[in-house]
Amino acid sequence: MRNAFADEITRQGARDPNIVLLSGDIGNKLFDRFKQLAPDRFLNCGVAEANMMSVAAGMALSGLRPVIYTIAPFTTTRCFEQIRVDVCYHKAPVVIVGTGAGLSYAELGPTHHSLEDLALLRSLPEMNVLAPCDEVELRLGLRAALQQDRPTYMRIGKKGEPVIHKGLPVFRLGKAITVREGDDVCLISIGNMMPVVLAAADSLRDQGLSARVESFHTLKPLDTDRLTHIFDRYPLVAAVEEHSLLGGLGGSIAEWLARQHAPTGRLMCFGTEDVFMHEVGSQDYARNKFGLTAGNIAETVSAGLARLRAH
Amino acid sequence: MERVSQLEDTARVIRARVVETSHRSGTPHLGSCLSCIDILVALYFEILHIDPARPTDVARDRFILSKGHAAPALFQVLALRGYYPEALLQNYGEDGGVFAEHPPTPSHLPGIEAATGSLGHGFPMGLGMALAGRIHNRHHRVFALVSDGECNEGSVWEAAMLAASHKVANLAVIIDFNRWQATGRSEQVMALNPLPDKWRAFGWSAREVDGHDMGELIKCLRQVPDGSGRPVAIVAHTVKGKGVSFMEDDNNWHYRIPSAAEVAAARLELGIRA
Repeated sequence: MRNAFADEITRQGARDPNIVLLSGDIGNKLFDRFKQLAPDRFLNCGVAEANMMSVAAGMALSGLRPVIYTIAPFTTTRCFEQIRVDVCYHKAPVVIVGTGAGLSYAELGPTHHSLEDLALLRSLPEMNVLAPCDEVELRLGLRAALQQDRPTYMRIGKKGEPVIHKGLPVFRLGKAITVREGDDVCLISIGNMMPVVLAAADSLRDQGLSARVESFHTLKPLDTDRLTHIFDRYPLVAAVEEHSLLGGLGGSIAEWLARQHAPTGRLMCFGTEDVFMHEVGSQDYARNKFGLTAGNIAETVSAGLARLRAH
Repeated sequence: MERVSQLEDTARVIRARVVETSHRSGTPHLGSCLSCIDILVALYFEILHIDPARPTDVARDRFILSKGHAAPALFQVLALRGYYPEALLQNYGEDGGVFAEHPPTPSHLPGIEAATGSLGHGFPMGLGMALAGRIHNRHHRVFALVSDGECNEGSVWEAAMLAASHKVANLAVIIDFNRWQATGRSEQVMALNPLPDKWRAFGWSAREVDGHDMGELIKCLRQVPDGSGRPVAIVAHTVKGKGVSFMEDDNNWHYRIPSAAEVAAARLELGIRA
């Protein structure tokens, strides 16, 4: 996948003079063609990811389209505050690419694992979160991300992943791609788990079960239309990700699903919306804005309970 | 000299307004604001190539208040410079308003280049803006004002190294060296000295200036870029709480809010009549 990324960013860099590639001292030789093409638009920022992220935000606020590339944990958890404040709070159109998705670097140990990145980055307002399943989705996803007026995080694999999509699928950010049709169950995959999920679908077929397979290349915004359709149609849905069970694809779907059960669901959540609060105010003012008041909680809970009892 | 004297008057007016606003809205960081007001006035009224009527002009010089907690001073400077009506500041700190304790994002207030407040972010963002100027072949300059306490942040030194390796000569960092940070003498919290030599060792062209001498500040800030081919670090020796005798070099004013009587005393000292 990383070779496909290097090739695609070189193509895009040739088309758009505002694209700048920033690397955290990795990818030796990987970006030689980009460097040849646009030496002034490639910047090795050294082993200093926090600064690299702020520099990218400053560039984006000056009209450039920076793309950051380094190993997933170093371009996410290492510089999370820079992503939150400089990139997302400013809604700066920076594309952050993390290579070595999930357990790609399993043998390097937990320092190089990336099992929290999806959960962390999807918690940030304004952020898109992508995880392509193969180089086809990677190329299409990168092109789509470069057209956005907001930041995108894209986690990609390393090298040698099989190509899943034989042709060019219709790719829209936030819209899942059906990889295989099926009638009995639905398997939803994100990112580099797709070959495993397809193999699992094969095994199910051997048992006489027909499994539909979906590629959720975009975690945020979540394709809720597709989810509605899937949950209407299939008695069982499985979400598969090379990521912690906390807050990733399965977590996103569970959060969404709990909300779909209103008005008869048994869980109600009160909290802040997925936004930065740009206006000033006291804590009371801010809590009121998000419905975090005793009055609103009591009223909503009481109305919910009445609905449940009436049901 | 007449110009310098005018700017000194402007700085006095802004000091008085910042003290009053702190009293009215309960906004802290008064000492940090007063320490950098002369620098802000020199920049906005003499140095920066800016047009308040066109705050997003691509060719403009950029100023970033990396020490975002001095926003109350910057808000007054921007109003007086004409970025927005001064009357807007009457709503300072009110629920639903835009003026907080730190700068909002550029899309929420004209004249702001970066929303700062978490230290060690604005200066590296400024480096990105300076590099963008170079890539676009526009030769605007970027000035970032950091506090000495802010130099505790590792990201400041990451940016310093990258700027030096790429010889970003259109970038200047100004260190508001008032020798205090939130809870103590900055030298005792994290050994900073020798500060100008540290910047030189990081590949910068460094010089020192009295951060309250308007004439000297202007002379010093005019020399960016300075012909050395290196980014420029200006260590401005300042006094926290400058301009109000009972606040000067007293770190209690990092958080203290002045009473009505203290506001009156400050105005009297600053020569601002009611």
